[in-house]
Amino acid sequence: MANNVKPRVRVQKTATKGEVVEIKTLISHNMESGRRKGKDGKLVPRSIINKFTVTFNGKPVFSSDWAPSISANPYMSFFAKVNESGEFAFKWMDDDGSVYDSTAKITVA
Amino acid sequence: MKTNWKQITFLAAAIGFGACMFAANADATDWGKYQVGEHRSGYTYMTDESRAMQNDNFQNPGMLWVEQGAELWAKVDGKAGKSCASCHGESGDSMKGVAARYPVYDQNLGKLQDLEQQINYCLETRMETKPYKWESDEMLSMTTFVSYQSLGMPVNVKVDGPAAAAFEKGKAFYYERRGQLDMACKHCHEDNAGGIIRANTLTQGQGNGFPTYRLKWQKVGSLQRRFRGCNNEVRAKPYPYGSEEYTNLELYVKWRGQGLPIEAPSVRN
Amino acid sequence: MSTKQALSALTRREALLLAAGATMVVAGGVVLKSGTAHADTKMVDDAIMKLIGAKKPVEGKITFDLPQIAENGNTVPVGVTVESPMTADNYVKSVHLFADGNPAPEVASLHFTPLSGKASAATRMRLAKTQNIVAVAEMSDGSVFRAQQEVKVTIGGCGG
Repeated sequence: MANNVKPRVRVQKTATKGEVVEIKTLISHNMESGRRKGKDGKLVPRSIINKFTVTFNGKPVFSSDWAPSISANPYMSFFAKVNESGEFAFKWMDDDGSVYDSTAKITVA
Repeated sequence: MKTNWKQITFLAAAIGFGACMFAANADATDWGKYQVGEHRSGYTYMTDESRAMQNDNFQNPGMLWVEQGAELWAKVDGKAGKSCASCHGESGDSMKGVAARYPVYDQNLGKLQDLEQQINYCLETRMETKPYKWESDEMLSMTTFVSYQSLGMPVNVKVDGPAAAAFEKGKAFYYERRGQLDMACKHCHEDNAGGIIRANTLTQGQGNGFPTYRLKWQKVGSLQRRFRGCNNEVRAKPYPYGSEEYTNLELYVKWRGQGLPIEAPSVRN
Repeated sequence: MSTKQALSALTRREALLLAAGATMVVAGGVVLKSGTAHADTKMVDDAIMKLIGAKKPVEGKITFDLPQIAENGNTVPVGVTVESPMTADNYVKSVHLFADGNPAPEVASLHFTPLSGKASAATRMRLAKTQNIVAVAEMSDGSVFRAQQEVKVTIGGCGG
């Protein structure tokens, strides 16, 4: 589904101040490794998402560099410490220069 | 009497092999809704990791197809200026139970229709647009989205009345030997379910989890894709997608899991 | 179905086929073992050297969440957690994951901040064969920890 890349993100809607919350993300992508041969016997060129970044109210929370060993339709879960209400911004960087993004709000009660 | 150690060793090895081969048959686990009588969902043969992946909507990669299907559902296409939602409603609620009872015999068309064929029938005659290609992203997204509406509902296919002929043909296919290995569906999935083939556990080959996200495929696939894979494995020439043979087999295989919950999109290896 | 019934239901030909299958499993096991022995740990060591220079990594602090046996090498869940208070002056900066039996050893690098709250993340990876997963954690004080765990990757019988 490389031509229709869609991210999915789950962040709880509310948190207490200082709570560490788990965030789960999934994105549709073939993660073509560059090592697979196509039907014509030729190597299919590498085409992967190589970087994933997360910020909260503009401040970096977590990021990850991905190699072709990451499975198709990449999943990533991680944690974030929430001290204030605000917005998470997620970005996935593709080899071809495309950037896919998503956001999620959380309220500190 | 001289002890024949060679023979004893051979016997011990043979018993060990038998025990290993069919160990899973002695499984006394309570599988809850994933087992109905003798029928066990493929879910019960997976590892804990794969089951966890299926159970959590945000780990289950098949949900990406459900979401894409929801978008397609609302997309207006074709000369009639309609989307699926124009006739069936915005939410997809009207599709509840559909995956549990398909394939169905269609009186007007005079044939058995599976979900893929029904979707294409709507696209061509109601929306007046091009049908989806079998196993395309569009088709898989739509079938996964529609099937997901029946999540947890028991498989309940109708095999009597006008569907009886198709059912009997599907059943005959299941028991018919084919390919260079001269094997029928039943040799793996009825006689040896729970056994090991190389390093894989053979399942009962149930249809309730389809479309499934198969770890090996790294994407969602249809029951007929699985049929084609199995037929290739026994070195038989697979039938084309949507063929009468496979559609009849779909009905028969779904019936073998009558009562098992719809799990689409399930996660299988 | 009992073992006896199942066996008697088999024809001689099928029994032979299944026996051949069993032999293949055994043979497969041997191949996997030798594969592990040949795994290129040097490539991983070189990759680690490039990241941390001459520093000597210490064992500990890292816990894996990995299956012992992967159901399919295309999609193997992997989680890693590093013990740390994750405060502004004492936190885990990065964790690098390697697979020493893959064509290229790099899997992913995870970069944390004090805002991560917890140095823990999970993803899914491709493993070409049975091999070791290696994690190298770089802490904010410059110290480096290392851990490894083996994952067995079985060869499936149902290509389909």
